[in-house]
Amino acid sequence: MEAGRSPNIEIIANAELQEVSGSAGDFRVKILRRPRYVDVTKCTGCGVCSQYCPVIIPDPHDQNLSGKKAIDILYTQAVPSAYFVDSDYCLFLNKQECKQCTRACQIGAVNFDQKPEVVDYQVGAIILTTGFKEFDPDRISAYHYNDSPNIVTGLEFERISSASGPYMGKIQRPSDLKKPERIAFILCAGSRSSVSGNSYCSSVCCKYAVKDAIVALEHEPDLDITIFFIDMRMHGKGLENFYERAKESGVKFIRSRVSDVKPDSHTEDITVKYIAEDSSLQEETFNLIILPMGLEASHGNFALARATGIDLNQYGFCRTGLFHPLSCTREGIYVAGGFRGPMALPDTVTQASGAAVCAAELLFPARRTLISEKQFPEERSVEEENLRIGVFVCNCGKNINGVVDVPEVKKYAARLTDVVMSADNLYSCSEDAQRLIKETIVREKLNRVVIAACTPRTHEPLFQETTREAGLNKCLVEMVNIRDQCSWVHAHEKAEATKKAKDLVRMAVAKARLIQALDEPVIDVVPKGLIIGGGLAGMTAALSLADQGFESFLIEKTGQLGGNLHNIHYTLEGEDPQDYLKQVVDLVREHKLIQVFTEAEIESVNGFVGNFQTAINTLQGSEKKIVELQHGIIIIATGAVSFRPDEYMYGKNDHVMLQHELEGQLASSRFVPGDKDSVVMIQCVGSRDDKHRYCSSICCSMAVKNALKIKEINPSTNVYILYRDMRTYGFHEDYYVQARKQGVVFIRYDRNYKPEVAEVDGRLQVTVRDLLINKDVVVDARLLALSTAIVPQKDDILERALPVPRSEDGFFLESHVQLKPVDSYLDGIYICGMAQFPKTIDEAIAQAKAAASKAGILLARGYVKAEPVISSCDPDICVGCGICEYFCPYNAIKMKKVGKRKKAEIITAACKGCGVCASYCPTRAISMGRFTDDQIVAQIEAFGETVMVKEQKAW
Amino acid sequence: MVNEPKILGFLCHWCCYAAADAAGVARFQYPPNIRVIRVMCAGRIDPLFILDGFLNGADGIFVGG
Repeated sequence: MEAGRSPNIEIIANAELQEVSGSAGDFRVKILRRPRYVDVTKCTGCGVCSQYCPVIIPDPHDQNLSGKKAIDILYTQAVPSAYFVDSDYCLFLNKQECKQCTRACQIGAVNFDQKPEVVDYQVGAIILTTGFKEFDPDRISAYHYNDSPNIVTGLEFERISSASGPYMGKIQRPSDLKKPERIAFILCAGSRSSVSGNSYCSSVCCKYAVKDAIVALEHEPDLDITIFFIDMRMHGKGLENFYERAKESGVKFIRSRVSDVKPDSHTEDITVKYIAEDSSLQEETFNLIILPMGLEASHGNFALARATGIDLNQYGFCRTGLFHPLSCTREGIYVAGGFRGPMALPDTVTQASGAAVCAAELLFPARRTLISEKQFPEERSVEEENLRIGVFVCNCGKNINGVVDVPEVKKYAARLTDVVMSADNLYSCSEDAQRLIKETIVREKLNRVVIAACTPRTHEPLFQETTREAGLNKCLVEMVNIRDQCSWVHAHEKAEATKKAKDLVRMAVAKARLIQALDEPVIDVVPKGLIIGGGLAGMTAALSLADQGFESFLIEKTGQLGGNLHNIHYTLEGEDPQDYLKQVVDLVREHKLIQVFTEAEIESVNGFVGNFQTAINTLQGSEKKIVELQHGIIIIATGAVSFRPDEYMYGKNDHVMLQHELEGQLASSRFVPGDKDSVVMIQCVGSRDDKHRYCSSICCSMAVKNALKIKEINPSTNVYILYRDMRTYGFHEDYYVQARKQGVVFIRYDRNYKPEVAEVDGRLQVTVRDLLINKDVVVDARLLALSTAIVPQKDDILERALPVPRSEDGFFLESHVQLKPVDSYLDGIYICGMAQFPKTIDEAIAQAKAAASKAGILLARGYVKAEPVISSCDPDICVGCGICEYFCPYNAIKMKKVGKRKKAEIITAACKGCGVCASYCPTRAISMGRFTDDQIVAQIEAFGETVMVKEQKAW
Repeated sequence: MVNEPKILGFLCHWCCYAAADAAGVARFQYPPNIRVIRVMCAGRIDPLFILDGFLNGADGIFVGG
């Protein structure tokens, strides 16, 4: 929606990139625009064409579980929100007859004369986000996907359990629409298998299977759910907790290899044959089977690669480098999301921000040259006018109209005090309705507007824009929620829902009579950044800000830049991290826009988004000094460290070490693996247990990396990896397979039977219960490497100075896990790198870029606009008691001496408009924009007043 | 009318109001007795608003924040 509304984004739907010529900064691209046979500028999305269309086709959005018309919209939130003719099915396009839609469309938006056209564009940079494709279950015959409607893919099940899906959110099986009693998920369908051709791990299937299982249980608590898996890969923030929750809710997890899935043609049930962990052959019967399919490269990737001149990897995904994870092989072309490889939503969003900043860096010299900003007419002053309220009631197609009697509400609204007109719209948010509302405001000289429609949370900005376009201040519109909180939730009580809608409209009109035009305060931003932490993430963020033209201060606690990267000497991908580290440190040190402070500690942070003041204690010459810094944003990149355990003889025996210590010894040849030596690695030390409940994500890959290194140095050395689940997600799976092939022995242990380590005759002895044969295995180890949890840096001083919320594990919290993965809870403060969660080198770089991208938006804009919901204080009434300052949760009120008395002063940029101050103020000196005492009291009175109509006002 | 109480609700924009919207998106059904006033935070609610609500005929007040 936001992208659709931006004047700086042109959406070209139904198009294909055909050719890219030129070079970075000056590309020429040819784009084939296919006809949609509907004029996007005319279509209002009313849907009448679709009602008249006689052709019913499978609905791809519902995974073909339901039908739609040959002229339709993909889903209700689609942008552009215009209808679309499916040329494969349309009767007119195929048989030259019908054209019902053309006749049905009142405004002539349907246009069968549209032809494909090739359009040339000139662009500076290209970002490829073409996504992935779900693996086709037909390709594995053992799943019998086509033999039973009750074997569904993960995406099909998403639609089955969705409230807006084909079964309205009821868990039913497709064959007989009956509620299943027993359902099963079979994981690694089309992944981690040479049969499918996709040897990599799709990274997301375990997670979404667990999510779907939990959602299904929320719908139907008595469902019996089984998940068949090889390794449960619940790496990533918060996901291990989710896994534990699923187990507690009764989901059964069976570690197994499924060999056959057999549908019964009579009962329509399905029998699953599998090899259990103890190698026994078992079978169980279920009513519904879900195959959470793996993700693979789209068919179109090869054509795209040809057109753009970029390389793909061996699986058909975009080829990128470890240190340049968002750059394609051709300069000036960047990539994010599923086209790079399988990944979860937060990574996709992070990479999208990161790719955007890559383009911003490249195009920095041309910044602000081609943007267009929306122009609004001058605001009409309404202060002196008599109240003229207009009420617009939305039908929302059938969404409101199907339950609430809209004409009745419209008639009722017209009778309310100061209401001069009321009208109803089919879709108030459609372009034609917007035009109509604007014209009505001007024609009827309205000075307050009430929109009874959906929720202000999503649509208030749209209607505020409409009123601005009609010359009214954006605060002169008030929304009434008669869809999300009325028609949708009282679908079977039409009379009561209509009554409720009328009451809500009356209350809103009562409030609207008191609303006033308000200014949006604008606060300047200091165009500099502060980055806390000089590791890879911090340095990457600083360089990105610098390449966007912004100065930054980079604060490092220790004496040298580089952080954990100093401990990484080789990588699975074969690239040299120390060489890269040196390059980055040199770039940072030499960049004139980056000021580095080492041995620096934060003393205090004051201020708010756009205007921070930070005092640091740092080494200047030979002595420590306090330095004051002014900056507009903060990026937190404080990193994480390996947990040091007190078990497995760590610290007691020199041959027991952490995984990165082993890496250091292998790199420096301090440890040279001998022919008959055995090296044992234990995974999940202090991880996924009571100490640290989360999975640290990267330790499995690290162990495989070190195991492969040992085998490379001496193939005769025995390597044992004792693990709980191997979580070598994504393309790292290939290295796990390679390690197995090279003879690395993987032994699974259970959390309740942890390996035991003893010193026998001066040698290390490791004993582990092998669950495959149910016997103890004893290994004499020359060296024991522990893969311990990655824990966040602890820094009490920083925590006091900068109280940014963290998770219970101590990692910084993002303000929205999926959609705002680098924004902290506080405005103007961003997080990246291992301070957010343990991650690989490429993930850390992508996230640092994303944080610099978000920060760059604010710094480039140069100002912060505060929403006019914020608090204001009347100094004539304020008695200076200071209770507001005490209670303000955002430190947005400071008591300031004015003459002889103290008065409350609101810091505009820090105020969130919560109104705690106003509710405590004993003299009512504080007033909240758009939520004043008077307005709320008027709503309360209108709630009680069942008749607030004009006739009564005369009494 | 004994069984049809009039309930006045004050919902925080960021949490409970959003949750009430989500209930709508999921098409959860609940009795139509509540009339909602949106506020930017439950902390905005002056105790007098509650008394005012009762004075204006509310049988119950729902504060969601």
